[in-house]
Amino acid sequence: MEIVLVGLNHRTAPVEVRERVSFTVEQARQAAAELRDRGILEETLVLSTCNRSEVYGVPPEDVRQSAGALATYLSSFHSVAPEALRPSLYHHYDREAVRHLFRVSSGLDSMLIGEAEILGQVREAYRLAHGAGGTGPVLNRLFQGALEVGKRVRSETELGARPMSVASAGVKLAERIFGKLNQRTALVLGAGTIGEQVVAQLRDREVAHLYVMNRSGEKAGQLAREFGGKVIPWGEWHEALNLPDLVVSSVASDDPVLLRDTVKQAMVARKNRALLLMDLGVPRNIDPSLADLYNVYLYNLDALTEIVRQNRAAREEEIPHAEEIVDEHVSKFLSWQASVELVGMLGVLRARVREERAEFLRDRMEMLAHFQPQEREKIALLMDELLEKLLMRPAEQLRGEKSLRKKIQNVDALRDLFLNDREKP
Amino acid sequence: MAHLYLILTVAAYGLSLASYFRFLSTGKETAGRIGTILLAVGVVAHYFALLERSRGLHTVPYHDLYGSLSLFAWLLALTYLGLEVYHRQRSVGAFVVPFILLFFLVAHLAPAGRIVETPARGVAFAFHVTLSILAYAAFGLSFVLSLIFLAEQRLLRSQNLGAVIWRLPPLELLERMSQSSVIVGLVTIVIGTALGFLWVDRLQGTMLYYDPKYLATLLVLVLYAAYLFLARTAAWRGARASKLCVFNFVLVIFSFTAVNLFFSHSHRYF
Repeated sequence: MEIVLVGLNHRTAPVEVRERVSFTVEQARQAAAELRDRGILEETLVLSTCNRSEVYGVPPEDVRQSAGALATYLSSFHSVAPEALRPSLYHHYDREAVRHLFRVSSGLDSMLIGEAEILGQVREAYRLAHGAGGTGPVLNRLFQGALEVGKRVRSETELGARPMSVASAGVKLAERIFGKLNQRTALVLGAGTIGEQVVAQLRDREVAHLYVMNRSGEKAGQLAREFGGKVIPWGEWHEALNLPDLVVSSVASDDPVLLRDTVKQAMVARKNRALLLMDLGVPRNIDPSLADLYNVYLYNLDALTEIVRQNRAAREEEIPHAEEIVDEHVSKFLSWQASVELVGMLGVLRARVREERAEFLRDRMEMLAHFQPQEREKIALLMDELLEKLLMRPAEQLRGEKSLRKKIQNVDALRDLFLNDREKP
Repeated sequence: MAHLYLILTVAAYGLSLASYFRFLSTGKETAGRIGTILLAVGVVAHYFALLERSRGLHTVPYHDLYGSLSLFAWLLALTYLGLEVYHRQRSVGAFVVPFILLFFLVAHLAPAGRIVETPARGVAFAFHVTLSILAYAAFGLSFVLSLIFLAEQRLLRSQNLGAVIWRLPPLELLERMSQSSVIVGLVTIVIGTALGFLWVDRLQGTMLYYDPKYLATLLVLVLYAAYLFLARTAAWRGARASKLCVFNFVLVIFSFTAVNLFFSHSHRYF
C-alpha cells in the first residue's frame, strides 16, 4: 500500500524539458495503462499541466525499485534520454508523496501561489484516471483527500482570493465596479503585452463585447481577429468611448492619447455611466487629471502594481495557515492508510498464530498423552479463545480509536516485529 | 423564563454580527453562512419576544416606543434577510446587523412609555402601522447600502483599496440592492398610508383630517420617488443618488421621531 510519485515541475525543469514530458489526455491514459500492464504500478494516475508532469502510483513491490522503473518508462515514453531527464525528476514516497499532492491541489506548489486552476486540473486528472479504471482504493482516497484539501484551503484562507498579477488586478477591479462582466463592453487601445493579458482575462470572464483601436489599421484587424472583437478606426473617440464600460490602454506613445476634454464629452454622451480606465502604457496614455471626473475610475500601471504588491504581502501571511491545513489532511490520510494496513497485518498475524498453536500442540502431544481426546480438544479450544482475545482487542481498538492509528502510523516497525518478509500483507 | 426570548435574540444577533464580521475580514464562506443562520434564529427569537410582550400587555407591539422600535428592528432584519437571499450577497450583513441590534437594545433600554390609547383598532389599522414600519425598515436598509456604496466608491477612486474591498459587493449591485429596498419601501408606505386614510375615514367619517405627519410622509414619498428616478439619470447616477438616499433616511428618522413625538396628533410611535 505504499505510494510513489515521480515527476517534474516548473522549479525542477525548464520549459524545454517540461514541454517534452507533458501528456495529452490520450497519452496520459495510454501511459497509465502500460504502467499497470507491465506490472510497474498497480494503481496509476498521470497529472499533466503546463507547469508539471507527475505520475502517482501504488507499486506492487519495493517502492524505490518502482520509482526507478517509472523514471525509465518516462524517458522511453517521451523519447528523452534518461540522463537528460534525471536531473529534472523528483521522487517522493508515501508521506512526502501525499504531502506533495496536497500542496499541489492547494496551490502552494504553483508558480503563482494560490492560483485556482490547479484544483480543477487535479479534479480532471482524477476523473479521467478513475474513469479509465486506473485508480484503486489508495489513489481514490488520496485524490479525494487532495480535492478536499484544495477546497478547504481556498475557503478558509485568503490564498487565492486576491489578484496577484497586474492583469488580474485590473479585471478584479472591473468586477468591483460592474459585477459580472458577461454583459459588459471593453475597448482595447494599442497592443502592449500587459494589455493582451488583461484582454485574455476578460475573455475568460466572457466579456460581452470587445472593441479594438490601434493606430495601425492592419494591426487592429489582426488583434480584433485574435481577441474575437471588432475594430474601431483610430481617432473615432466619440464612438469608441460611448460604448465601453472599461478601457484597457497600452499604446506606445510619448503623449497621452486620451485627453480630459475627450473623456469629459464622452461622459456627457454616455450619461455618466461608470467608466473604468486602465492605463497600462509607459509613458502614460491617459491624462491623469481626468481621474476626478464624475463616475470615472482611472488606474495606471503603478496603481495596479501597488495593489498586487499589497496582495502578495497579504498572501504570504496566509501560507502558514494553508500549510497547517495540508499537514492536518496528510495526517488524516496516513492514519487511514495505517489502519487499513494494520487490519491486514492483524489478519496475517492471526493465521500465523493459529498455525503456531497447531504446531505447538503437535510438538507437545507426548506431554499430553495422559489426557483424554475430549480434554485435549478442550485445551486446544481454550488456547484458541485466549489467542483470539489477544488479537481481537487491538483490532477493535484500531477500528475505534483514531488517535491510536495516528500513534502507530509507522506500521513497518510492527510488521518487522511480528512477521517475516514472506508473511507481510 | 421571562427574558428567555430577549436573551436569545440578543445572543443570536450578537453572534450573527460577529460571524458577519469574520466573513468580511477573513472571507471565510462558512462564517458568512453561520452569520445568516444566526440572523434567522435571531429573527425567530425576536418574533417570540414581541409576541410574548404583546400577550403580556394585551396590545399590539407598536403602541409604545419599545414595541415600535423593536418591531422596526425585526422588520429590518427580515427585509435584510430577504434581500440577502435574493441578491446572494452576504458581505452587507456586517453593516446592517449593528443597526438591528442597536434598535433592539435601544427599544429594550427605553423607559417604559405609556401605551397610546387608540380610539379604534382593527385589521386596517394593524396593516397601516405594520406596513409603515416595514417601509421605514426598507428605507433604513437602502440607507446602509448607500453608505457602503459611498465608502466603497471613495476607496476605489482614491486607489486605497485595503483588504475589505475585495469582499464588498460590486458598486452596481449595491445600487440595485438599494433601489430594490426603496421600491419595497415605497410600495409598502403607499399601501400603509392608504390604509391609514381608510381607517381615519371609518373612524371620523372624513379623510379631511390634518396631521403634520401627512406632510412628512408625503415628503418622504416624493423624495424617495425622486431618488428612484434620479438614480437612473445622467447627472445623478452613482454617488449623488446615494447621497440623496442617505439624506432621505435622515428625513425618515425625523418623521419617525420628532414629527411623531412633537407635532403629530395621532401618530406617536410609528
